[in-house]
Amino acid sequence: MAAFVLRRLVQAALVMAAVGLIAFALFRFVGDPVVFMLGQDATPAERAAMSAQLGLDQPFHVQYGRFVARAVQGDFGLSLRQLRPVSTLFAERLPATLELSLAAALFAVAVGIPMGVYTALKPRSWLSQAFLVVSLIGVSLPTFLIGILLILVFAVQLGWLPSFGRGDVVMLGGWSTGLLTVSGLKALILPSITLGLFQMTLIMRLTRSEMLEVLRADHIRFARARGLPDRLVHFRHALRNTLVPVITVAGLQLGSIVAFAIITETVFQWPGMGLLFIQSVMFADVPVMGAYLCLIALLFVIINLVVDLLYYAVDPRLRLDGAAAH
Amino acid sequence: MSALLEVRHLRVAFETRRGPLVAVDDISLQIGEGEILGMVGESGAGKSVTGTAILGLLEPPARITAGEILLEGSRIDNLAPEAMRRLRGKRIGAIFQDPLTALDPLFTIGQQLVETILTHDAVGARAARDRALKLLGEVGIPAPEKRLDQYPHQLSGGMRQRVVIALALCAEPRLVIADEPTTALDVSTQAQIIELLKRLARTRGTAVLLITHDMGVIAETADRVAVLYAGRIAEIGPVREIVHAPLHPYTTGLMGAIPKLGALRSRLAQIDGAMPRLDAIPPGCAFHPRCTQRLAQCDREIPRAVAVDGREVACWLHGESSRG
Ligand SMILES: Nc1ncnc2c1ncn2[C@@H]1O[C@H](COP(=O)(O)OP(=O)(O)O)[C@@H](O)[C@H]1O
Ligand SMILES: [Mg+2]
Repeated sequence: MAAFVLRRLVQAALVMAAVGLIAFALFRFVGDPVVFMLGQDATPAERAAMSAQLGLDQPFHVQYGRFVARAVQGDFGLSLRQLRPVSTLFAERLPATLELSLAAALFAVAVGIPMGVYTALKPRSWLSQAFLVVSLIGVSLPTFLIGILLILVFAVQLGWLPSFGRGDVVMLGGWSTGLLTVSGLKALILPSITLGLFQMTLIMRLTRSEMLEVLRADHIRFARARGLPDRLVHFRHALRNTLVPVITVAGLQLGSIVAFAIITETVFQWPGMGLLFIQSVMFADVPVMGAYLCLIALLFVIINLVVDLLYYAVDPRLRLDGAAAH
Repeated sequence: MSALLEVRHLRVAFETRRGPLVAVDDISLQIGEGEILGMVGESGAGKSVTGTAILGLLEPPARITAGEILLEGSRIDNLAPEAMRRLRGKRIGAIFQDPLTALDPLFTIGQQLVETILTHDAVGARAARDRALKLLGEVGIPAPEKRLDQYPHQLSGGMRQRVVIALALCAEPRLVIADEPTTALDVSTQAQIIELLKRLARTRGTAVLLITHDMGVIAETADRVAVLYAGRIAEIGPVREIVHAPLHPYTTGLMGAIPKLGALRSRLAQIDGAMPRLDAIPPGCAFHPRCTQRLAQCDREIPRAVAVDGREVACWLHGESSRG
């Protein structure tokens, strides 16, 4: 177990080092920081002095080392646009994005898995056919279009739900949450459906195909031969075996939900990190862009790690001889 | 004679776009209380389909299209799914070929035994666990308390097959259908599992339909044997007589080399050719293209089973005169 975790941690560190290199290259090569600081018409001597002050005359690996050392402490410098620490900007935006992403993931899993199980158990029912058609639409329509359609129907036509923003938020320590107010919860509905719909259809289709596969397995046939009722065969044996691969994929999708939140946040003017990123791209705010890149990468790495551990907990085969098998 | 299990003129077909393919045709057999009936034949002869039909586990496109199956005198082939489900495991147990895949990898041995016991008998969790322990001991698993909390992958193939047997016996069925229970095991383990099956059948008085393609296993284990060829019974009767004096030319071929238990997969080398596929079963006796003793009518008319010396054989060499 310890060896397993250690190996995963080393892999994670390597991935982060590589992403850090890309973010660092962004700092170095997208625009010249010296020009940013001094303006176009500084003398070469002034530039050299500024370069030395910023450490830009040092060898590449020294500069990278310094960048990593500061990044590890969460220091990505100042936003060029807002002239505030990048870390502060992200700390303000993080809760909005995480709450949206978790709500979207919850929606995707809570709706996708039951729909997948149903379509596998009752492949011929009209409801299953309907689910499959809906899922096809969910996969093929682009996110922004789904968002706009939802706004059109539920915000503009019916007027039930707000079309933008987070509603009222409450501060819990440093965390601004929209989950404790009615307007916050209402504001969460459309964006989280928009963001989660694609993953929901993905999880539904995956659950369905895995479940169909498992239902053909020998041990399911033997469970029937033992006389177990359908309830146990389907929801104890088949479902549990289905969930092992579904958990993995669903967990990994959480990372892409956060990454894809950029589009949804833009459509709904959701004050999260994605919106911050889009705004910083338009102003070529390099420190914010680099920090976003690192943050998303860190998220993927953490999620991968957690999913591996979860997998480990669900599947007894990995638990005992996993160390030997990998 | 009141048999425990009686199969009458069973026919099973797979519905395909190009019409039905008949995998089992006109099979009749009986199994008495505590008797071991061997069922032997080449791969694809219809052995598993017969066993699956008896268990009521045929899945579309397979379907029983004719005949009936009776357990202790009452029909079970037309039971409602829920009634058949209750009967499975309780009155007919099943043992499958591959112990490596028959157990759910995500549940412990104990969980699988206990859920099976609780499904069939109204006992408490405590009593179910005790019975699970006793069963594991009975099928020869050492240190059963320890095994109960282990997962299938922690057991060897032979041990897993013993667990599968314990699972089949959970509700003390009077009949067990064992479909190639030793095929996936190594030779020495095969002998142990066969020994165990024989012992359990004897001590518990459980009847067994022992399906195998290994005549050696049958010769050592069964009381009677049914020889299947292309979905039909070529010959059925007491093992000793059939082994020593086969009447059907196909049985003679099978007997040509009775392998030592478990060995030899190529024992049919001396019968030229291969068993026909379901969509190309020849007219008349399905065996006639491979038969060295065929007669004029063999490729025209299907021979009916006739009684000869206490057994039944479906071959034109035997008894056609007695039928007129
Ligand atoms: N699901 C299926 N669909 C079509 N044909 C099948 C299916 N299952 C088995 N068969 C055919 O039925 C015949 C009998 O198969 P089976 O009973 O499994 O043979 P065996 O005697 O080796 O156990 C074979 O010809 C096989 O190809
Ligand atoms: Mg078979």
